[in-house]
Amino acid sequence: MAKILDQPRYKCAMAAMQTVQSIPRALPILHSGPGCAEKLGGSTGSSGYFSPHIFPCTNISEKEVIFGGENRLSETIENALKVVDADLYVVLTGCTSEIVGDDVGEVVGEFKDSDKPVIFASTPGFKGNNYIGHDWVLNAIVDQYIKPTDKRTKGLVNIWAGIPMHDPFWLGNLRGLEKLVEELGLIPNTIFGHGRGLDNINKIPEAQFNLLVSPWIGLESVKNMEKKFGTPYLHYPTLPIGAFETTKFLRAVGEFGGVDKELVEQVVVKNEEEYYYYIERYADVFLETRVMAKRFVVVSDSQYSLAFTKFLVNDLGLNPSKQYIIDDAPEEYRESIKGYFKDLNYGIEAEVGFSSDGREIHEEIKNTDFFGYPLILGSSWEKKLARDTKAHYLSISWPIIERLVINGSYVGYHGGLKLLEDIYSVVLTRFN
Amino acid sequence: MPVNLEVTTAGTRENRLGSITGYSGDLKDLVEQSRCGTLEDRERCFSQSSTCLSGCALGQLSGIRDIAIINHAPSGCTVTAAGVEVLNTQLATKIGVVNHTVFVGTDMNERDTVFGATNGLREIVLETYLRYQPKAIFIGTSCVTGIIGEDVDSVVEELKEEIPVPIASVHCEGFKSRIWATGFDASDHAVLTSIVKPPEKKNNIINFKNFFESARDEITEIFANFGVEPLFLYQNSTVEQLSHISESLATVCICGTLGTYLGNGLEEKYGVPYIRTINPMGVTGFETWLREIGKVIGKSDEVEAYIKQEREIYLPKIEAVKKELKGIKAVLGMGPGYTFEVSRVLQELDMEVIWAAAWHYDKKYDNDKVPPALDYLVENSPNNIKISIADQQNYEVLNILNTYKPDIYFSRHPGTTVWAIKQGISALYVADEYMIFGYRGTLNFAHSVLDTIKNRSFEKNLAKRVKLPYTDWWYQQENSTFLKGGAK
Repeated sequence: MAKILDQPRYKCAMAAMQTVQSIPRALPILHSGPGCAEKLGGSTGSSGYFSPHIFPCTNISEKEVIFGGENRLSETIENALKVVDADLYVVLTGCTSEIVGDDVGEVVGEFKDSDKPVIFASTPGFKGNNYIGHDWVLNAIVDQYIKPTDKRTKGLVNIWAGIPMHDPFWLGNLRGLEKLVEELGLIPNTIFGHGRGLDNINKIPEAQFNLLVSPWIGLESVKNMEKKFGTPYLHYPTLPIGAFETTKFLRAVGEFGGVDKELVEQVVVKNEEEYYYYIERYADVFLETRVMAKRFVVVSDSQYSLAFTKFLVNDLGLNPSKQYIIDDAPEEYRESIKGYFKDLNYGIEAEVGFSSDGREIHEEIKNTDFFGYPLILGSSWEKKLARDTKAHYLSISWPIIERLVINGSYVGYHGGLKLLEDIYSVVLTRFN
Repeated sequence: MPVNLEVTTAGTRENRLGSITGYSGDLKDLVEQSRCGTLEDRERCFSQSSTCLSGCALGQLSGIRDIAIINHAPSGCTVTAAGVEVLNTQLATKIGVVNHTVFVGTDMNERDTVFGATNGLREIVLETYLRYQPKAIFIGTSCVTGIIGEDVDSVVEELKEEIPVPIASVHCEGFKSRIWATGFDASDHAVLTSIVKPPEKKNNIINFKNFFESARDEITEIFANFGVEPLFLYQNSTVEQLSHISESLATVCICGTLGTYLGNGLEEKYGVPYIRTINPMGVTGFETWLREIGKVIGKSDEVEAYIKQEREIYLPKIEAVKKELKGIKAVLGMGPGYTFEVSRVLQELDMEVIWAAAWHYDKKYDNDKVPPALDYLVENSPNNIKISIADQQNYEVLNILNTYKPDIYFSRHPGTTVWAIKQGISALYVADEYMIFGYRGTLNFAHSVLDTIKNRSFEKNLAKRVKLPYTDWWYQQENSTFLKGGAK
């Protein structure tokens, strides 16, 4: 059976234009059809200093399909440099220019002496989805823009996590991770969002190590940075939510970064005490809610399916049904991802299903016994399913249409409390 | 050129209507050149990302309540599916029905681009039919299928033998046209060729083409005065209803850009009169439109009685607010179906339109005539409005706003409003197609304009703190700098 994309939960590789856009003063230039950016940028919070309709674009028409679009791309870049005030111009290719066979590398090469850097990444939609495209853009920056250096700054840590904009909590989470790393006395370095940018990119090769908080997304680029700059990396698969996972995270980062163990424990104790001050006060709610069963399901990308499962099992004491991963994770990573779901407290293991067929996922969930009201964490697609199964439902990943997230975060000790607030704000709308 | 329903594609507006996306000049010149056939498109040597016609084509169809759309495309093209689902649910709930329509994709990959994917497409169509039992199936094409030459039409022909419901391809390859309204025509073409049946009897329905039917109750009530019922298209309609639209009394449309293909197609093929007047926005527009409907359905007396009664309620209120709007300078940027209509309303409310930008321009509609809104404006506008045609080229709009510094900017497309505000200019999003509909809408709109310019806190706060994305060099150029050819 051919692969049916029923209830799409990912975009195509060129949506990595959002990775570019999230670097302040970096501008995507699209060699693509006229509507790609509008479609791929279509979520709240996608405006800013630039927005998808600001991105220069060749708006490929029949003429370029027939005669090639290299001249059109060349004049677009040339004029973009005059009209739009950016510090880094990143040319991204869409399906059409790739199939037509335009030599984008050569066109971009014409601009190697321009005042501002112009680089390119090949991101046609048919080659992969946006979870992969993100890494291709980072690799383009590593390969074409960053200059290797012998300088090392002790304690400097580059942090990489969920993909910009597509992940509704990407920036809140990133800032949360920065704070945690900072508490350990390390110096966080991130390139995305307010107050970051090219200066931070320039510092990347000076870092003591790369910290990748993700099950698999971003692995290619940290490996590339290891090769290019000799920067070691800590691959930490679980986005830490709540006390249990955040404490583990701090210890792992502390150990990898050579942080004094005593300091790590001080940070842990301080945070856990505060966290449990709140848990103690609100435990009644979690213990005495009649309309909440003990089982949950997450339908999300690798990052959130894993992170929420870990929190709900290891922190809140719930039990997982089968969990679903919808990001089309490459085969080579699937075994290790499954392994992470087997590493839960009390020998609990969660089965994992990988699928881009939402209907199939929903049918399975409908046929799962949650022994009470299920808790479903997912996307807008799960709203109807939740109604059909009388579930508690919280939308946490793309597409997330009926919820506004500005700088919300689920990371760390505070993130755990925030997630409890969000889940129980739903639960409390029912008779208890 | 008449609508051709014997082929599988509607063709582009560029080819069919001589539509353009590049022009800078003024009202008189635009209309004169349209009439004498000298108007030519001017390409740009710099452009910003605009909009894909597939969104218009498949977006229109996906509002139908009982169909399946299969987007034969890579995953990025199919991202609109979730928005469709949420919108359909919200709009169906509003009127107490259920929308069963599904929007799936074939997630084309690199292998498909080399070997083709018509077999996979066949399997997915059959699977979708088994899963959801839709009442009709539409297969939307994409840039990739267009370039690799996927023979989707043959797949459709084969599947007609296997699937007992109407099935049609919707040719909406993104590179085919810079004019996204071509997508409206593609959706109408698919409906006309696969669903609409020849009339068996006449009924008392008026086909009402619109987007999101927010004035559904109001229009139903107005039409009840004349003993007719509206059938709103396509949102919340069913395949069964669509199969009978050839039996209706007439077709009207809230937007000339949206309605031209279906309206003219139904008129040419089945003799359903297509009412082409200026749109029912503002007092003049509403009355002109309603009178024409009255004439076509033989209810002129009832229409006059209704107009008289409503005028008494609303005209004094509209006159009162007009005094406060007098002399306000406006720039607007919208699709052509709204730019020239809203310009008329602004003038009716005593505002001054200093620049009107339209995202494309149809120099004629499918009946070979200049759009009525232009005819009206050229006869009635107190000034020769400056006009540009640009497919949402934001850099041109911001250049114009910087040069002319109006009191207010009117937008109509998502993501465009904030840019005027960042430049320190009040802006009002004319989001809903019924925002200025009839007397009540006109009154509401006039007050919204007034409220917008009375409290400018939000834009002052924001404009003070942000930097604009364009270079000083650009702000010193003419807005038409990157238009190739032409006199300027």
